Amino acid sequence: MVVKKTTEGSTAAAEAVCACDPDVVACYPITPSSHVAEHLADLYAEGKLRDYIPVEQEFSSLSAIIGASAAGGRAFTATSSQGLALMHEPVFAAAGMRLPVVMVIGNRSLSAPLSIWNDWQDSISARDSGWIQLYCEQNQEVVDTVPQAFKIAEETMIPVMVCMDGFFLTHAVEPLEIPEKNEVNQFLPKLEMKEKLDASNPISMGEYALPTHYQDFRKDLFDDMMKSADVIKRVAAEYAKIVGREYGDGWLEQYKCEDAEHVLISMGSVVGNIKEAIDKLREKGEKYGVIRIKMYRPFPKEAMRKALEGKKTAGVFEKAIDMGAAGPVYEDVAESLLDAENAPKLSSFIGGMAGRDIKFEDIESMFAKIKDGNKHVEWL
Amino acid sequence: MIEMKNGDYLFAQGHTACAGCGMAITVRHVLEAAGEDTIVVNATGCLEIVSSAYPKSAWEVPYIHCLFENAASVATGVVHSLRAQGNDHTKVIVLGGDGSSYDIGFGALSGMLERNEDVLYICYDNEAYMNTGNQRSGATPFGAWTTTSPVGEAHKGKEQWKKPLIDIVAAHDIPYAATSSIAYPMDVQAKVKKALSKKGSKVLIVYAPCVPGWGIASDKTIEVARLVVETGLWKMLEIEHGKRKVTMKPSQFKPVSEYIATQRRRFKHLTPEMTEHIQKLVDKSWEKEEKLAECFKE
Repeated sequence: MVVKKTTEGSTAAAEAVCACDPDVVACYPITPSSHVAEHLADLYAEGKLRDYIPVEQEFSSLSAIIGASAAGGRAFTATSSQGLALMHEPVFAAAGMRLPVVMVIGNRSLSAPLSIWNDWQDSISARDSGWIQLYCEQNQEVVDTVPQAFKIAEETMIPVMVCMDGFFLTHAVEPLEIPEKNEVNQFLPKLEMKEKLDASNPISMGEYALPTHYQDFRKDLFDDMMKSADVIKRVAAEYAKIVGREYGDGWLEQYKCEDAEHVLISMGSVVGNIKEAIDKLREKGEKYGVIRIKMYRPFPKEAMRKALEGKKTAGVFEKAIDMGAAGPVYEDVAESLLDAENAPKLSSFIGGMAGRDIKFEDIESMFAKIKDGNKHVEWL
Repeated sequence: MIEMKNGDYLFAQGHTACAGCGMAITVRHVLEAAGEDTIVVNATGCLEIVSSAYPKSAWEVPYIHCLFENAASVATGVVHSLRAQGNDHTKVIVLGGDGSSYDIGFGALSGMLERNEDVLYICYDNEAYMNTGNQRSGATPFGAWTTTSPVGEAHKGKEQWKKPLIDIVAAHDIPYAATSSIAYPMDVQAKVKKALSKKGSKVLIVYAPCVPGWGIASDKTIEVARLVVETGLWKMLEIEHGKRKVTMKPSQFKPVSEYIATQRRRFKHLTPEMTEHIQKLVDKSWEKEEKLAECFKE
């Protein structure tokens, strides 16, 4: 039975994880994802969650779920910012070892200077690790993405990050539909790992590779990551059928793009603000639209090129910076336009860092600027 | 006597450890005692390198290596996963060197012990980062030359005493903490078995000489590992929930100079004063041990 609860994004994410019946959860609290860790601990205390390891640091939370997954269990953790930075080594190891773990990221800026507020520099810094990254716009989408993340991870043997904006989502309270275990069961079958640590069938995992083999492991992961895009789309459609909610096609969500001449491209909760701004600006006759990237890794290059066909101009707004180059999402979008005929002029906007507000006026001004075309690294 | 079944080791022949490697002997005896129903979690180090070059493996039990500093945490996850899936019998053993145990993985080890995870953590202690070419660790003894505690005019080898890891792990009030030396394989096996009979966290630190790092002949591993006990430089201990016991004490200690003389590569620069300083500290530590023994008298 579906339960509708007025609750916080973090709590709801934890409930969604619990509904997926993981064998092992290991957490270390960090703002703004602490409430995910705390509520999972509550669920364990209530006997609803089967296992919970309160580890001593984030390096260990991810390491513990690597071990749990290697032993054949479904495993989960959550973190943010410094926690994800501390995990950098096991982040790469989990992907390289092809372990289907899932992690919720409550997106937050990175030190220094210290800040607890939202941007995407943490998870984008983990971009090259070999994790699938799914960015959510709203809390219902987070709740709906968690079961999908386990299904995608377990089918592709690639770990998945479900990214939710710190505070904007993690701490936002709203009525949400949260699935029960028996409901998720039908969608997410019991995990049966083909290869795992099992004394009756000993295998060796995490071996070291010489130059004769190492690169093949990386290429396999790259190839499988590219192939995972189809799985992500199929799983999104499958889950949409069950819950009656969909978020684009699992790759991109396009809002009022059909007749739009100028579009913004972005990710996460700020897209809600952009949609609202577009509604207002359209009243003035402006043909604006927004493309939201849900699946950031693998990057939906072809789909992005298609979505931008016929647009006069486009601009990428992002809460991250590739220091010494440009906006990282902008770079991906620009790359996807390399083969495009009559590609729209593309601008890059960086802003909203560490929770800085993005107001209606900012969005209006970005649309005004992209009309002039080719703004490179414009800071809001 | 222990009967080793030739050709039937769980740590199989064909690994690439040096002849006479103390670590390899340790692992063979640990698995002999632990048996087949065991999962090995290994920290990055010599052991991983000599046993798991893809696509080969020397492991006849399930084996996982992940990183240098997280073996205790990976083992935590493995044991939780097994128990969550209804497996309450398979034993989980960590094998890590002194680099991963005394230093880089120390925090993770402490976390594992504080949570009293049902894991046996075994440190093979060869007193430096041997895999990367003999750099100092927290386990390197006073005075020892390593490539990062070199001998020069101003500084002569490691200037600090060895970290008292056994005391630190025992201070977590775990069911079982012990030390042994690979010169006494029956002691190693008995301690592994005793440890595995207990639920919760267990730690065993095994003194395991490194042939190239210490500059000893490959047939001297056992001799050196015995001398370290006979000189009192290494104590054979069992600490169960804080209750401390010396399990093997030489009736008469040999002078530490005898042990030091076996390893010119590490100790040739030691002055008589430095050797005397080591002897004094060893004597003092045994005086302290006597007092501790009084505390734990039945």
